Amino acid sequence: MHELSIVANLFDLLEEQAEKVGAKKITLVKIKVGVLSGVVPELLQTAFDIYKKDTLASEAELIIEKVPLRMVCRQCHQETIRDDIILSCAHCGSTQLEKKEGTELILEKVELEIDE
Amino acid sequence: MSPKKEVLVLKDLLGSNKKIAGEIRAHLEEKGILTLNLLSSPGAGKTTLLEKLIEHLHPTYRIGVIEGDIETTRDAERIRAKGVSAWQITTGGACHLEAKMVGNLFSQIPADLDFLFIENVGNLVCPASYDLGEHLRLVLLSSPEGDDKPKKYPKAFTTADALVITKIDLIPHLPFDPQRAAQEARELNPELKIFTVSSVTGEGIQELSSFLIEKLKELRTIHA
Repeated sequence: MHELSIVANLFDLLEEQAEKVGAKKITLVKIKVGVLSGVVPELLQTAFDIYKKDTLASEAELIIEKVPLRMVCRQCHQETIRDDIILSCAHCGSTQLEKKEGTELILEKVELEIDE
Repeated sequence: MSPKKEVLVLKDLLGSNKKIAGEIRAHLEEKGILTLNLLSSPGAGKTTLLEKLIEHLHPTYRIGVIEGDIETTRDAERIRAKGVSAWQITTGGACHLEAKMVGNLFSQIPADLDFLFIENVGNLVCPASYDLGEHLRLVLLSSPEGDDKPKKYPKAFTTADALVITKIDLIPHLPFDPQRAAQEARELNPELKIFTVSSVTGEGIQELSSFLIEKLKELRTIHA
């Protein structure tokens, strides 16, 4: 359960963003979680709900976008999207693939309330 | 009602760890120290494998070991008994090591080491997400755990450079098929190097040691 530790990093980034624009409240947080990111989205949600109390994101909604594993074959140059995370091209069977998406764990955007 | 503002951030949630890991790696490369991060479930034989590798490599090569555990300094004591330096990190509950914990030890690590081994907290899940600044990641899978583990714990196997199947002396007593374990792991990570070892009989230790020595030479050629 390293999700709490990741959420602590998330809040560092949120505070940084709020300070930048002078916001006192965060209303929405959107993150992207790759299937190979090593974190469990549901646990991230739980950790977020625990952590947000008494912070400027206490009423914020967390949206988690799950990103499947998207790869491009180095042999036939076609794209493969796999849920079973097997590194094999769906078109030619090659194992020479480049991962394009699915390993990321990123804060995509935040919605903040700006004081007048 | 206060006006709302949407900000596109696009920042890695593990970015601060990756930054520190990058600094550690650069520092180690400058000193020519090949660094390895050992991952496995508890009891797969990380410390025992390290003891065997030390017997092969020390004192020809200078070795240091960072031991990560939730509690106790037992593993560091075992390593010191082999005549090499060991530093214990007790996380006090945390399930993985992070780059900053390794960075905090840096002033204590001699600059003339050849190999720095980092034995992570026994856990096949969480440590896989954290770069510690290593050059090679070794994932251990012991035969009693079963040959179906790679796909159950994919992150550890997809991010590893080498898989070390341990306790192969027990295979005659178990329904463990090393070929199946190797195949599962290769489906997740076609580039994975695979070793089979027994720390009891010593089988396979020589091959693994030779691989590490070769990687040390490569590192020093690239960063000469």
